[in-house]
Amino acid sequence: MINRRKLLRASAAGAAGLAAGPFVIRDLHAEDAVKIAGIHDTSGGLDIYGKQMVATLDLAVNEVNESGGLLGRKIQLINYDPQSNIQLYTQYATEAATKEKVAVVHGGITSASREAIRPLLKRFNTLYFYNTLYEGGVCDRNIFCTGSTPAQTVEKLVPYVQKKWGKKIYTIAADYNYGQITAKWVKKYAQDNGGEVVQTDFFPLDVTDFGPTVKKIQAAKPDLVMSALVGAAHISFYRQWAAAGMNKQIPLASTTFGNEIVITSPEEHNGYIVAFGYLEGIDTPANKKFVEIVHGKYGIPHMTELATMTYHGLHLWADAVKKANSLDRVKVIEALEGGASYDGPAGKTTIDAKTHHDILDVYIGEARDKKFVVLEKFAQQQPADTQAVCDLKKSPNENKQYVIDVKT
Amino acid sequence: MDYLVILLLQIGSAVASLVLMSIGLAVIFGMMRVINLAHGEFLMLGGYAAITAFNHGVNLWLAMVVVAPLAVGLFGAVVERLVIRHLYGRLIDTMLATWGLSLAMIGFVTVVFGNTVSGISAPLGSLSIGAYRTGAYEIFLIGVAVLLLVAGWLVLRFTRYGLIARGTMQNPAMAAALGTNPSAVYAVTFAVGSALSGLAGGLLAPLSGVVPTIGAAYIAKAFITVISGGAAILSGTAIAATLLGAINTLATFAFTSVLGEVALLVAAVVLLRLLPQGITGRFFRRAL
Amino acid sequence: MKAGRVKAGPVKAGRMALAGNLAVLAAGLAALFGLPAFAETYLIINSTIFAAFAILALSLALIWGYAGILCFGQAAFFGLGGYTYAVAAINMGETTLPALMAVLLPALFAGLLGYFMFWGRISDVYLGVITLTVSLIFYRFVNQTAGEQWNIGDAPLGGFNGIPSTPILNWPGRAGDQLAPEDIFALSVGLLLAVYFGCKLLLATRFGRILVAIRENETRAELLGYDVRLYKLAIFMLGGAMAGLSGLLFANSVFVSPTMFSLPVSGQIIIWIIIGGLGTLIGPVIGCILMQVLTNWLGTVSQIKGFGWVDPNLVLGVLLVIFVLLVPRGLTGLAAGVWSWLKGLANRAPAERSATREQTDP
Repeated sequence: MINRRKLLRASAAGAAGLAAGPFVIRDLHAEDAVKIAGIHDTSGGLDIYGKQMVATLDLAVNEVNESGGLLGRKIQLINYDPQSNIQLYTQYATEAATKEKVAVVHGGITSASREAIRPLLKRFNTLYFYNTLYEGGVCDRNIFCTGSTPAQTVEKLVPYVQKKWGKKIYTIAADYNYGQITAKWVKKYAQDNGGEVVQTDFFPLDVTDFGPTVKKIQAAKPDLVMSALVGAAHISFYRQWAAAGMNKQIPLASTTFGNEIVITSPEEHNGYIVAFGYLEGIDTPANKKFVEIVHGKYGIPHMTELATMTYHGLHLWADAVKKANSLDRVKVIEALEGGASYDGPAGKTTIDAKTHHDILDVYIGEARDKKFVVLEKFAQQQPADTQAVCDLKKSPNENKQYVIDVKT
Repeated sequence: MDYLVILLLQIGSAVASLVLMSIGLAVIFGMMRVINLAHGEFLMLGGYAAITAFNHGVNLWLAMVVVAPLAVGLFGAVVERLVIRHLYGRLIDTMLATWGLSLAMIGFVTVVFGNTVSGISAPLGSLSIGAYRTGAYEIFLIGVAVLLLVAGWLVLRFTRYGLIARGTMQNPAMAAALGTNPSAVYAVTFAVGSALSGLAGGLLAPLSGVVPTIGAAYIAKAFITVISGGAAILSGTAIAATLLGAINTLATFAFTSVLGEVALLVAAVVLLRLLPQGITGRFFRRAL
Repeated sequence: MKAGRVKAGPVKAGRMALAGNLAVLAAGLAALFGLPAFAETYLIINSTIFAAFAILALSLALIWGYAGILCFGQAAFFGLGGYTYAVAAINMGETTLPALMAVLLPALFAGLLGYFMFWGRISDVYLGVITLTVSLIFYRFVNQTAGEQWNIGDAPLGGFNGIPSTPILNWPGRAGDQLAPEDIFALSVGLLLAVYFGCKLLLATRFGRILVAIRENETRAELLGYDVRLYKLAIFMLGGAMAGLSGLLFANSVFVSPTMFSLPVSGQIIIWIIIGGLGTLIGPVIGCILMQVLTNWLGTVSQIKGFGWVDPNLVLGVLLVIFVLLVPRGLTGLAAGVWSWLKGLANRAPAERSATREQTDP
């Protein structure tokens, strides 16, 4: 407790430093700046992700501004914090679109928040970028989804770990759309590779007691556990799993164990195998420079796919504006549909004109002492799940999220 | 056979964590008729105290068993002085003020520590029971819960403070007339209750981790356990925790963890409809 | 130790009350017709949500402030209203009947729960616990309905994500002809005014006076021959219906999700009432709008200063503690106090001053 004052002072100083740094830009060229909005939860339960997304968005905006801006104008970034509250998403999106008349909105973390603002932004003719990994299926010409979807990551991860560890899988997943659909993909790819899922358990996002589950898994004796657990409460699973000594007995793979690596200890997470569209351990000069800046200047301890794709998303948009030589929404969309692509810290990401999702590089990595080491890279994976249900070239007026039917 | 042992152990550990979660609240409610809605955040603070101390080089056991209760006990004493003292006898207002306090504590801890704090791994390793493995720390917590209940009983039954406390519980006016100082008794009680919450928070942290909003996971269960238990602090808490913990665990094993939670809540509502004064309001009335 | 507080100044109250009512009516009508004329879209959408929440505030203001029933789980009826509407509207297509159901079903559920509690003679605190628990059960249940086995007819309950495809109300009888945001705004503000004055009227009747009598002294009211349980049940059901109506309007301006059932929503209503003033109707409405504006504003300032160091929880929590300790009668009570203090100063009549002070109950 002695150090609370010191901590307070440190965080206040940190905040002051940040305030002096990136936010100065908002006053320069305020008159003719290109306004864009970011809507990310920087308070409430999702703030771990929200803060890094705001940081990388800010970084990307600064980079564009330093290299001459857009169409001779500076970008002015307006940030909103919906405080992990859906109702505020609605209010801020309307404000950004109708009052600030922004050129593009980046943001939304949960699928619920995206579905809250997607129809609004379409109604108000404001372009929308959603940069989070999610369950797939959104089909709407006004939105670009730059995150990975389960088919992209699970398709590579399941065969990889089955070859390494065995065929029998026990799946534990967060009880909402993302977890449910990820569990279905796990089952499909497990069967396609001659294995099986012995049981699937779902947990609401606020469950912290996994004692009975740890025992149920032992009773089922699987070769490996596949985790699609999400959020702060679910971190307890990894603790209780390790406390029972099970992490030495049954190996675990995941498409969601990301930022959790900061909060758990090496004894708890070493050896877990994950698949994402981005891992901090990617060994390229572009990524090393990126990681150095976000760690140093922004003080973010660990980069996730969400934040890196936010960075890619802003650059994809800025490049498209330059190519279209206009801020006009339709022209920018057409520029993006013309095979727009950005080479950055996550590798190459290309917009798939048919679905407005990303064709991206998928990385399989292993957790080692608070870092992910890249084991294998699969270049340019198609968003096959969304492609199966959505074709915006054929029917550009679609406006819904399909529930993807996974055939097993 | 192994499975049965594991099942029983799991029930024991569910009951123990309910006891730990609710004992601080039970002391404060039983003695003072004050419902502390910031109780969950007191536990959360205990977790943070233990982890902060540990990260600054304090021995893990010392951090959990000494630093956490001391820090939260002190904090409780300050809260009693600044807020609770002015609201005695106004049950609803105390609930509202402590609820405000809980929000403020969540906000404050978020500002100071952020949402990302690396936790402590559970000590003591694991042990096998037949074909199964379980954490030794879970078994240790069962022991702690039993120890706390026994120690509480001894204090209430055999010490001078216990006598004063029991007297104040039964009839505050009479106790005051006999020369005790109720406001001092209340202050001490609130601090002791807070310290117990801090201890529980510190002990539970290795299993559940800490985030500023973890209190929400504790408060509802603690609240329900204490109210279902009724007036007697120790036996009420113990009986209610056993009943609810067993129902929760069995339903979780048989179905899913959600149905386990729902079964616990439904059991509490039915219980309160049948016994509006809690279990010890009807049975074991003379128990502590 | 009753939750309610006595209202001040019975004398001259008639004229004051009339003036107050007219002021509220004027403000409401000004918002109803003035805002759409000049305000920007985002302001209209925000005001729609404020109006929906104000009705929710009134629902608890009525049952807590006038009947002394502190319901910690008012969100249960709010969410039930929203979900009933969403599920029924998705299945039926036409939305008039679903809208009615969104009010009736929460009322019926309140009736069931009220019967269980009032006939069980459950006291204040326990009543709080039971209502809280019921809302938690709803929250837990709806939160885990992401799987397909939870579809009701054509409507998926959606679990954590809620039902983003909640249909917008259509003009009665013309399925598919949806109301524009401006129409939803007019509907919400109009309904808020109707509910507000409906409550005023209700409280002026014999029924309303008996309710206040019950709040003040339940035993006495019972000895006078009133069946206390029946009166409490009736007002509790009415409160449930109002919360359901609010849920319906909320579903039309955002969409339904499990957070509607959550503890923060229930708690928020209590904060609005404490800040606005318990035992009044206008206070909670003012408290609700003020707090909504404050929350909105916090979401924009925290970004400017750095990464969210003005934590909204911290601000709300501290405000609540301060109001309970120092301003127990809320803003309306404070305003009344200041007003009569000023009048006392002008008249040099110290008697008036003490008259307002003594009213706060211990």
